[in-house]
Amino acid sequence: MIELANIRKAFNQGRHNEYWALHGIDLSVEAGKVTAFRGPSGSGKTTLLTIVGCLSRPTEGRVRFKGEDISGLPERFLTDIRRQSFGFVFQQFNLIKGLSAVDNIILPGMPTGRSRRNLVERADELLDQLKLGHRSRARVEWLSGGEQQRVAIARALINDPQVIIADEPTANLDTALSREFLAILEGFTAAGKTVLLTSHDPLVVESSAVHRVIGMRDGRLTAD
Amino acid sequence: MRPWLEKQLHLIDFTLASLARRKTKNVGLLLAYTLIVFVLASLSLFTHALRSEASYVLAGSPEVILQRMVAGRHDLIPPGYLDKIGRIRGVQKKEGRLWGYYYDPVVNANYTFMARPASEVADGTIMVGSALARERGLAPNNTISFRSYAGKLFGFTVAAVLSPDSELLSADLVLLSESDFRRFFEYPEGHYTDIALSVANPQEVRTVAAKLSAALPDSRPILREEVLRTYQSLFDWREGIVLTVLAGAILAFAILAWEKASGLSAEERREIGILKAIGWETGDVIRMKVWEGLVISLTAFLLGGIAAYVHVFHFGAAVFAPVLKGWSVLYPRFTLVPAVDGLQIATLFFFTVVPYTAAVLVPIWRAAITDPDAVMRA
Amino acid sequence: MLFQPAIIALLLAAGLAVLMLAGAAPFAVQVIRHWDIGSGSERQLALERRTYLFSTLLAFVLVAQLAALLLFVFNADRLAAMFVGAMCAVGTLNVNAWGFPSLLMQTAVFFLAAMWLALNHVDTLARDYPLVRIKYALLLLLLPVLATNFWLELKYFLGLKANVITSCCGSLFSGEGKTIAAEASGMGPGPALVLFYAGLALAIGAALWHWRRASRLSGYATLAASAAGFVASIVGVLSFVSLYIYEHPHHHCPFCILKPEYGYQGYALYVPLFLATAAGLGAGAIQPFARIASLRAVLPRVSARLAGLAAAGYTAFAALATWFVLHSNLILIEH
Ligand SMILES: Nc1ncnc2c1ncn2[C@@H]1O[C@H](COP(=O)(O)OP(=O)(O)O)[C@@H](O)[C@H]1O
Ligand SMILES: [Mg+2]
Repeated sequence: MIELANIRKAFNQGRHNEYWALHGIDLSVEAGKVTAFRGPSGSGKTTLLTIVGCLSRPTEGRVRFKGEDISGLPERFLTDIRRQSFGFVFQQFNLIKGLSAVDNIILPGMPTGRSRRNLVERADELLDQLKLGHRSRARVEWLSGGEQQRVAIARALINDPQVIIADEPTANLDTALSREFLAILEGFTAAGKTVLLTSHDPLVVESSAVHRVIGMRDGRLTAD
Repeated sequence: MRPWLEKQLHLIDFTLASLARRKTKNVGLLLAYTLIVFVLASLSLFTHALRSEASYVLAGSPEVILQRMVAGRHDLIPPGYLDKIGRIRGVQKKEGRLWGYYYDPVVNANYTFMARPASEVADGTIMVGSALARERGLAPNNTISFRSYAGKLFGFTVAAVLSPDSELLSADLVLLSESDFRRFFEYPEGHYTDIALSVANPQEVRTVAAKLSAALPDSRPILREEVLRTYQSLFDWREGIVLTVLAGAILAFAILAWEKASGLSAEERREIGILKAIGWETGDVIRMKVWEGLVISLTAFLLGGIAAYVHVFHFGAAVFAPVLKGWSVLYPRFTLVPAVDGLQIATLFFFTVVPYTAAVLVPIWRAAITDPDAVMRA
Repeated sequence: MLFQPAIIALLLAAGLAVLMLAGAAPFAVQVIRHWDIGSGSERQLALERRTYLFSTLLAFVLVAQLAALLLFVFNADRLAAMFVGAMCAVGTLNVNAWGFPSLLMQTAVFFLAAMWLALNHVDTLARDYPLVRIKYALLLLLLPVLATNFWLELKYFLGLKANVITSCCGSLFSGEGKTIAAEASGMGPGPALVLFYAGLALAIGAALWHWRRASRLSGYATLAASAAGFVASIVGVLSFVSLYIYEHPHHHCPFCILKPEYGYQGYALYVPLFLATAAGLGAGAIQPFARIASLRAVLPRVSARLAGLAAAGYTAFAALATWFVLHSNLILIEH
């Protein structure tokens, strides 16, 4: 599904504080599976996810998505691919305060030109599935941490993506909520979605919901 | 077409919600914007109304006025002068006019006294302009006396107060009969102040004027279209001067808009980052921000425009009146005829929306190019 | 110079456009020199972000230019009261030698900006920015055009002196003169009618052909036919449409129809005409790049849509003009 060849990424290139966060990553991600990246802080996990998820472009190397080389695409097209094929769940949830749960969920659908009715219907469906239907019109800052994460997950699903990308999804959750998240994760696999996540939470990386764990250190992959 | 429209609707939706969320920040800008529109619109509405007032008044005045010059100064028309003109093709009517200024020490103002045929104003009566009537507390059938320059006291009955329709030029006017006029000013019999000629075809006015100059070398013809032009440029010029003074304010406003647009709060920056991360493109964010600018501009334009309209046409432009009128000590109180036209609105647009847009373009772009991966590095 | 708000506004707008584009020029040079789509380097990413700024800027200049064009004519019409012999915009524009060149230049800027935006639009649809260098080179060429526009406007307004005796539509479009304008207006209503409808039919036909086929040939045909249609339309307005609107057999003037006395009918005519011509020229302007691999699929779609817009605009213009003629009380040609 996703293939990375010799991916390198530099920050502040050509300046005195130039820093290479990734040093030649080769990787092939299987469709329909949950892959987890584990590694110490600063090892380049997030950077790798941003490249896989078309949030940024590699400085060097090739990214292929469903057989197509997308490494040199302009932002417009990367964004197009991103909003159709990828859903994102962030560590900080990153919801927009002051908007209701539903209004947050439909945000990724807005640039696609789907009608509001259509989007809101789908958002309500997703919230029902995530057992949050009763809070759909509540402003997000009034929701608890677990509820906020479910809103963020619903938002990641609004455009029905094939790939879900989650950066440290359980870092702000207690054990009970983390287990709930793992249950949702199994639901994704059942629905045939591909999941990429980073975590150093043993509860996640050792769970049966995760099919493959890849270690990272200093911008390189270590053994599985 | 359909998805495009839906998308714009979404963007407007989001913009309105985000404006509502940041009321306090936007209210300041909106107020400044509205104030600028208000000031400029008042200025433009007021001068335009004065202009139309002037042309309205002049529309009833003769096409050509002939003055006699002696040693380069305006002098009386001697008896027989009128007949020397003879017949000129195109001139429909010619008549001598009698008018003069009178200084009223009671209210420290100058009045214009003008003689009318006895059929219009009977001996012993006068018609007065409305501002004058107000100032001296006159109503029809009241009597008033003026002390003539010769020191004699004359009493008049007010027959009527002139309609306030176009106050600008009639405000300080006193109409009286010809014989009263001559007695009051001790004006020599047979002499006139000037000669009015009416010319039907506007194309012939210049030819008529040329012929008059040739026939009476000691005369000076004054054309109505030239007076109109002088008024027009006088008002334009005044408006331009005030505008130059206001240029500083417009600049200050543009700087404020620039600052507001570039000084995004951490919260706004984060929001744009989120939008970019979840699938909005730079162009989408720019479009959303352009809608925001349009909403703000339109609101300010409407609010400021309506306020200016009320200010000018219901409160007589209280703020600007002293700067823009004032060739007479006696300020007419205006009930200006409401008049708005496309040119004013277009010009106003150029002085407000264009500087605003130019000022916020670059900051909008700066905000929109936030890296989509920025939110993952909080 | 007449110290007058609309004049200040126009100079402000023209000056601002030059300033903005001049400020952007160094970055255009950078794009031309350093563009490398294959690279993921930070400089390349920065250049790509800049392209958004340019598109927005030019769109702004285009919209402001269209508004300025309207204001320019509107104001010239209003200023006619200031000049002896001027009854409408023609008289004002004739006050000095810079009036008509300035008007033509503004029209040119409008059409050039429209063509640039058409080019820019197709470029953003391709995955590899195939036209980026051409686009920014053209942008640099646009700068002197805008500067000339500003200069002409400045010359014209500085040279406006009240009480100048000028000649107005009566003499310029009299039909007896030796100028091009006079030739155009002096054309008999019969031939002019034929030219007008033939030109518009050609423009609409070419645009429709391109709308259906979107071939390169039809694209160039649309470009040529749009230019011809524009000229034919203006000649038509001069020689007979205006006469019908004024209901006067000798008043040839393309500007008086903008006056309130004639219900601003001119704006209803000119706005669709200008938009249609801009779209038609845009459709043609992108044709040289139709063979580029990454554009082969998207370019025909865009240019077909532009041609559709052009066809609709010309049709609206023709229908309105015909309607004005039929509803007039003037009879020029006996049936
Ligand atoms: N925008 C940036 N500018 C400079 N350095 C960065 C930037 N983003 C990340 N880095 C550096 O890249 C390295 C990898 O970061 P990251 O991918 O966030 O690691 P992880 O997610 O594994 O903790 C870190 O040392 C970080 O400081
Ligand atoms: Mg991280």
